[in-house]
Amino acid sequence: MRYVARLTHLSLTDEEVESLRSQLSTALDFFQTLQQVDTTGVEPTGSPTDVSSVMREDVATPSLTRAETLANAPHTEDDYVRVLPVLDT
Amino acid sequence: MTAGHIFKTAHEARDLIRNGDVSSVELTQSLIDRIDQVEGDLNSYITVTGEQALERAAAADAGIASGDLDGPLAGVPVMVKDNMATAGTLTTAGSQILKNFVPPYNAHVVEKLNDAGAVILGKGNLDEFAMGSSNENSSYPPTRNPWDTSRVPGGSSGGPAAAVSAGEAFISLGSDTGGSIRQPASLCGVVGLKPTYGLVSRFGLLAFASSLDQIGPFSRDVTDSANTLTVIAGHDQRDSTSSPRSGGVDYAAGLNGDISGMKLGVPKEYLVDGIEPGVRAAYEESLKVLEGLGATLEETSLPLTDQALSVYYIIAPSEASANLARYDGFKYGHSSETAQDAWEVMDMTRGEGFGAEVKRRIILGGYSLSAGYYDAYYKKAQQVRTLIRQEFAGAFEKFDALVTPTSPTVAFESGSRTDDLLAMYLSDICTIPVNIAGLPGMSLPGGFSEGLPVGLQIIAPHFGEQSMLNVAYAYEQATEWHKAHPTI
Repeated sequence: MRYVARLTHLSLTDEEVESLRSQLSTALDFFQTLQQVDTTGVEPTGSPTDVSSVMREDVATPSLTRAETLANAPHTEDDYVRVLPVLDT
Repeated sequence: MTAGHIFKTAHEARDLIRNGDVSSVELTQSLIDRIDQVEGDLNSYITVTGEQALERAAAADAGIASGDLDGPLAGVPVMVKDNMATAGTLTTAGSQILKNFVPPYNAHVVEKLNDAGAVILGKGNLDEFAMGSSNENSSYPPTRNPWDTSRVPGGSSGGPAAAVSAGEAFISLGSDTGGSIRQPASLCGVVGLKPTYGLVSRFGLLAFASSLDQIGPFSRDVTDSANTLTVIAGHDQRDSTSSPRSGGVDYAAGLNGDISGMKLGVPKEYLVDGIEPGVRAAYEESLKVLEGLGATLEETSLPLTDQALSVYYIIAPSEASANLARYDGFKYGHSSETAQDAWEVMDMTRGEGFGAEVKRRIILGGYSLSAGYYDAYYKKAQQVRTLIRQEFAGAFEKFDALVTPTSPTVAFESGSRTDDLLAMYLSDICTIPVNIAGLPGMSLPGGFSEGLPVGLQIIAPHFGEQSMLNVAYAYEQATEWHKAHPTI
């Protein structure tokens, strides 16, 4: 559970870990019914329609301004999003 | 004076405006008053934008007077679910992680509503990130059912369904990933339509599960549903799954109410264990109505229906865990103030900002996609998804549409299912298969049980919206259920 929480970047309390562990286990038991279905040679479906790899003309179009883009950022400095250190110093 | 208009259909409201009987400003004001009157009990809205709505209504009145503005939604007050981006207006997705998010752009459907002259009254309440079937997962006070406020309105589009049911909006837009339009429509006694995957652009819809999500309308009758679909459908380059076949159809013009000779399938697996006797009775009565209209009904079998819930609860959380990775505390939304470094900002922002159900699904999705489990869960679910699609395709070789209950139960008591995950998930058993196959489906008022609305679901083949709407229209013409309103 801690491993999946790390993969998905979720800080969880000990109580949350315990309750999620039992819920995950209930869900996984429930999913066992899928093993009854023979899927030998069946292609997986990623999207329910036949549209795929749509391309558009490579033409530049107006986008949001820098101010609009940064307006919701919790911390900014000059024209950048400011974040805490990523690497150990 | 205009308070008498709140339960009119949108097309009746549009006619009143067009004929000069009432202005859009007057109508908008009467709905704002109505919202003030009932919101303390209902919580349908997260944000009401009254002043902005009155300005837009005035612009609509001017446009209608000059002849520049026409169409089915001109001057009509509407609501959109709060997971659709509205430029300059708070858009929360029902989550604390977006409690301060003001989008710089409009969702495609919001542009379409604005272009049509619709007047947006505000943003509708929902289960956080559209994950839930009762609205109890909203991080805001949950929406209650207008027919009985001790009960849930369904979910996740509980606010949009309740608003149309209670006279707080003529039309609303919801999103449907596993039943989030149709199930609340059923529980609130209104019409709710989920289009074919790809018919309506998802641009600006805050993504939950991208291969399942679709936007669609709530309304008080089928004509309004058809009109709204005409407004919001259309190809959009900004959504790579938007279909080039979409748009250019006037769905209301195609409603003739003639279904004689149509073949309707009645899949026996949808009469699930646990279906309430009153729901079953209403459904069987509805089948007789359709038969009386000249349609041929025949029982059929879709044996993989039982597997749909497992497929859904693997695929939707997997896609959600990827989609919700963007909420990292850096670019927008909540950001943890106690974190010591950038990694902690991400972990703690998400730990603090997401509610229990969202965390549950992120963990479930992360697990299904993780190395060593991918083949057993995610890939297996995608393969069964293929088989479910094929099963529906086979049924549609024989039938023009399928008719089923929308939900096995009427609206349930608040708090009665929050501790029983599987019972909650089972509320969507009749709606989930439709999303898995990308089909259009709609729920319309189909009777009452214990004084609460029961929904009738119609499922059509891909891009079969016109014939689906026509079956619904024929049924509506022959029944009175849609004319009932809650007394709140």
